[in-house]
Amino acid sequence: MVDFQQILDPFLRTLKTGSGFWNPILWGIALILIFLVIYIIRGFGKREYKEGTEQTKPFLSGNPEGDKDKMHVKGSNVYWGFSETLKSIYKVFDKMHTGNVSDYVLWFLIIMGLFFIVLGVI
Amino acid sequence: MNQILDFLVLHSPALVVAIPLLGAFLTVLVSKIGNRVRNIFVIIISALTSIFALLLSYDVFTNGIRIYVFGGSYNPGETMIRILFEIDGINAFMLIIAAILPFVAIIYSWAFMNEQTGLDKYYTLILLITAGMLGMMMTGDMFNFFVFLEITSIASAALIAFWTNKGNAVAAGFKYIVISAIGALFVLLAIALLYGQYDALNMAILANNIQFGLLDKMALVLILAALAMKAGIVPMHMWLPDAYGRAPSSVTVVLIGTTLASLYGVFRVIFTIYGNHIMTSLRTIGEFILTPGLTIGILIIALAVLTIIVGVFMAIKQSDFKRMIAFAAVAEIGYIFLAIGAAFSTFYANPETGAATLTHSGEIALKGGIFHILNDALDVSLLFLVAGAIYFTAKTTSLNKLGGLARNMKYTSVFFLIGLLAVSGLPPMNGFASKLMIYQSTYQVNPILAIVAILCSILLLATFVKVLHSAFLGPKISNLENIKEVPRSMLIAMGIIACLIIFIGLFPNLVVETVVTPAANALKNASQYIAMITGGF
Amino acid sequence: MIYQIPFIAVALLVLIGLYAVVFKRNLIKIVIGITIIESGVNLFLITLGYREGSIAPIYHGTEEAIRSLPVPQALTLTSIVIGVAVLALMLSFIVYIYRHYNTLDVRKIVGGDEE
Repeated sequence: MVDFQQILDPFLRTLKTGSGFWNPILWGIALILIFLVIYIIRGFGKREYKEGTEQTKPFLSGNPEGDKDKMHVKGSNVYWGFSETLKSIYKVFDKMHTGNVSDYVLWFLIIMGLFFIVLGVI
Repeated sequence: MNQILDFLVLHSPALVVAIPLLGAFLTVLVSKIGNRVRNIFVIIISALTSIFALLLSYDVFTNGIRIYVFGGSYNPGETMIRILFEIDGINAFMLIIAAILPFVAIIYSWAFMNEQTGLDKYYTLILLITAGMLGMMMTGDMFNFFVFLEITSIASAALIAFWTNKGNAVAAGFKYIVISAIGALFVLLAIALLYGQYDALNMAILANNIQFGLLDKMALVLILAALAMKAGIVPMHMWLPDAYGRAPSSVTVVLIGTTLASLYGVFRVIFTIYGNHIMTSLRTIGEFILTPGLTIGILIIALAVLTIIVGVFMAIKQSDFKRMIAFAAVAEIGYIFLAIGAAFSTFYANPETGAATLTHSGEIALKGGIFHILNDALDVSLLFLVAGAIYFTAKTTSLNKLGGLARNMKYTSVFFLIGLLAVSGLPPMNGFASKLMIYQSTYQVNPILAIVAILCSILLLATFVKVLHSAFLGPKISNLENIKEVPRSMLIAMGIIACLIIFIGLFPNLVVETVVTPAANALKNASQYIAMITGGF
Repeated sequence: MIYQIPFIAVALLVLIGLYAVVFKRNLIKIVIGITIIESGVNLFLITLGYREGSIAPIYHGTEEAIRSLPVPQALTLTSIVIGVAVLALMLSFIVYIYRHYNTLDVRKIVGGDEE
């Protein structure tokens, strides 16, 4: 008869890195237990609320909710704060990324020169 | 039956390259019969290639290094005047990647490229890229590597410019072929330098006889810089967003395979061909001995950190979906390079045997880097296939015009969620397992490396959550009301990769022990590779 | 000294080709630069096989003479063929680019972030 324990064993071992370990099966079991606890805590909430009144509408700091097309935050506006504060770094990166193929070859030659200086001289 | 299988596995190194080559040139004839016949023929050829590649990998993982001499017999110790394929652990590992990616791309392009013209040339070129990629990963001869590199880059450049009605795709193809031609010419210059000194083109014989004089340093610099440029290391990476972002999505999946094959070329050169000279001392400053291992390792680590930072920062600010994924692919290649560089810089001379050995954290870094090659190929391919699916239904890839797609395209959204979790290294996907090994081992080398790696992983999560929020969640946009789910063949292709990602994520130790550890051992011991050709120690 | 001239010529050819690729703005001049680099590398391969006072590496019969090495000649033939294919591909790309962008200036075929 086939020995299930022997077949299943390589699938269940933990991955040992030098200073830690990771076992997805144990992680999954822990996740299910935590979700069970969260579900029980959620069951302690209130059940009565009135549909269709102010209690179920989204709250936009008192502003009126507009048309769905206009309320949607477009892709390039999502991280506006991040892009604004790091404008100076992005200026350097954008100057690097021209579309010019001659610049690409120039960067290649610069890195090759750097390699040669490091390896040849040191 | 068993005898036929043994015979096929014995000759599989030649079959794996010959079947796609033959199929590529027969596709033009078969497509005169009809479209469906051609599609089925191409899928059969690609499936046969993948089966033989996987059989060959399995054979190498169980039985050790395989040598295949073209047109002769294998006698170790004699002078090898024929071209030979030498397949050890790291080659078998890369063969797994090259077996999966073109097969998935061809299944995907059944429906994705259905209304385009010129499809017979498309399938011919994809089969040619498959043959070139597999040849690059198996060869044991330097000039053969150059020839397969050129085959792959010419066929890829033609496929990047496939949508010739759009001007910017052809411009991207032009930039790709200029960069590839210059890179390959410098590789040929280095091969000619090495040939002129040692009268050998075979990698193992070169590794046996090589010294570390000025000409050899020049050859190392030329090959390293040119192959790093083909692999997409910053600051030579700028062709990557153009080429990946403007090609059809199934072509991009195959291009990822060729980029990883060039990265494999870098590892073969620094670990095996110059492997006997990792510990020769270049200069002694006081009591500190500078070795090539340390200097090349620090160079690689510096470039890799720059790659991760530039890739992630440029990815956040893009508004075109495919260009954003291409920058994330650049950052992932940076992770692989960081791990391998950290492993390379921890070589030390074993006090008993004098051979170059790795420290314990160096071994974990090497394994993590190699494992991450497989994970990166699968994750970024899944993201590109999702981007292609969105382009197929919504006819746009600009993030400013998409919204609320998850209501109609349920399966695609689930696949995108899996790809998002995998790329940013969240449990339980496969990205987490390899990135954990990279974080914990590079921390031992220098804490700053691990800090940069973790922070940039979080920024990668931020970029793709931005796409999830603005393109998939949210209310429906008025001109995207009637989009439907993508056709079944595209879902099957995405499903294959997603199942592989979840499988590797749930059982990482199985994959690391059976597939990654032989590859790491093959890279560490250059002497094993050499001894198979020169016979005896 | 006279035997070092081919190697100096190789270095000059590669440098001139790189100058043309990096600093010239016309697309066709960039392609010509790549061809010059390729000629330089082929010259280097051929020069490696030369032996002083040698004749062609063809086996007539029982002559005793020094012959130059045949392997670099085979490598050079392969490289020339690959170079022709790459050149044809680049020129056909330039034809399409000219049709779309109406210019041959390499700074203007950037493309941008549109789709």
